[in-house]
Amino acid sequence: MSEKLFCKSGGCTAKLGAGLLSHVLERLPKAPYDENLIVGYNSHDDGAVYKVAEGCAVIHTLDFFPPVVEDPYTFGQIAATNALSDIYAMGGEVKTALNIVCFPEDGDLNILGEIMRGGADKVTEAGGSIAGGHSIADKDIKYGLSVTGVVDPKKIYKNNGGAVGDVLILTKKLGVGLVCSASRVGEASEAALSQAIKSMTTLNKYACDILKRHKVNACTDVTGFGFLGHLREMTENRLSCEVYLDKVPYIKEALDYANEYLFTGAAQKNRNYCKGHVRFENVSFGMEEILFDPQTSGGLLAAVACDEAEEIVNEMKEAGLPAEAVGRLIDKTDYEIIVKG
Amino acid sequence: MTKVNAIGDACPIPVVKTKNAIKELNGAGVVETAVDNKTAVENLEKMATDKGYAFKWEQTPDGNYKTEIIVGDGAVEAESTEPKEAKAINRRVVVISSNVMGSGNDELGGALIKSFIFALTQQDELPTTLIFYNGGAKLSCEGSPCLEDIKQLEEQGVEIMTCGTCLNFYGLTDKLQVGGVSNMYVIAEKLLSADLIIKP
Repeated sequence: MSEKLFCKSGGCTAKLGAGLLSHVLERLPKAPYDENLIVGYNSHDDGAVYKVAEGCAVIHTLDFFPPVVEDPYTFGQIAATNALSDIYAMGGEVKTALNIVCFPEDGDLNILGEIMRGGADKVTEAGGSIAGGHSIADKDIKYGLSVTGVVDPKKIYKNNGGAVGDVLILTKKLGVGLVCSASRVGEASEAALSQAIKSMTTLNKYACDILKRHKVNACTDVTGFGFLGHLREMTENRLSCEVYLDKVPYIKEALDYANEYLFTGAAQKNRNYCKGHVRFENVSFGMEEILFDPQTSGGLLAAVACDEAEEIVNEMKEAGLPAEAVGRLIDKTDYEIIVKG
Repeated sequence: MTKVNAIGDACPIPVVKTKNAIKELNGAGVVETAVDNKTAVENLEKMATDKGYAFKWEQTPDGNYKTEIIVGDGAVEAESTEPKEAKAINRRVVVISSNVMGSGNDELGGALIKSFIFALTQQDELPTTLIFYNGGAKLSCEGSPCLEDIKQLEEQGVEIMTCGTCLNFYGLTDKLQVGGVSNMYVIAEKLLSADLIIKP
């Protein structure tokens, strides 16, 4: 593959900060009440869910971003895997997807072809169909999907459905943001980058298929707001949680890069968003960065019934996923999140 | 004081550039970094705090930010009490004071200096800085047989500076082809802070 993409601040590191976004959303007029709109943006959920008939709701979600890796086909796969993930975070099934493309008018169309081939391959793997799309001439490349899925309204995974005692399961390793950031300045190892790429192109479908066989009280996917940022969507001022640092899966080299200060801007935005809500007990500076690291196409974070957690983690490990039980929900205390080192 | 311009650079570039500048200080000094966003300021602060360096920042009138990292006096005990390794040679300054190398025959001397500068481009350890003054100033100007090699050194990160007074004296002020124009103050500072000065 000779075509290379120019990566500036790719992937989910390109997201607007959560604090910034809440600021705007809070000021928008609330949409008129519609009883069939089960999940709208009045909550922090991943997609919108609309009930169309008894036992059937559609999930809408959309995600696109600038290149995160140099290879166009891989970038297409990552962008699609990331966009499809929101459907799985809600417990749904992928049906159709539309391409979202920003591409320079004088750009090499072979590159665009490769990006879209990567996207199409992932949609096919997810069991869905690409049904169309929209393209805009833009000086920088961006790609993603608008995805439609279906779910039984009674079986939707909400972000904030967790209860005290639930165990938190994380299905992918953290640190892909740090690895991509180190790679942009030529400091990432081949091994670390290929591990990050493998993670970013693994559909959350496989984790979701396993979760569907068990009792799941809440679920989200870990993306731009980092592990701790997304964890806050789960506690939502209602609960607190403990995180056991030694259980948190992460790409080992990412810690080296954090210790070399190869931080992304987005991790700092996440840190600001979580300020005053997280207590670190014996957590090294580098590990804090990993917990705030923005994840492009990160894993699912699920709150599951305590007595099923071990079985779920084992099933996921058998399926080749690096899942771990990383914490549990507890009664509300002074801090929303307590990380125990 | 070392100045780093990271305006327009996305994270982690401002931190990477600043880290490199701190490395060059050899343990003491000040690095001033200009950035264009608050997040970069915060990332620089995290690095400085973790390393135990004093940190200051301010917004400049143009809406950008200026940060200052003080290494040395402000550094934590742990850092400064660590046994120092044998002093590394980090700053190699090559002084080219003539357009010929050695004395005896100037035709030979011209060929030698050209060959010396070419040989520099082939070294594993490149010099940090090349200073051209007096007759040497002719080598960084139009018509010099060494231009390609000097440009290559510059591309590889070697700082190239030519004495402004000398350019003026030889009437070459608008003929400079590579590197920057410098003055005696900077040249003196470069020579005083060098670990190694090479004068062929």
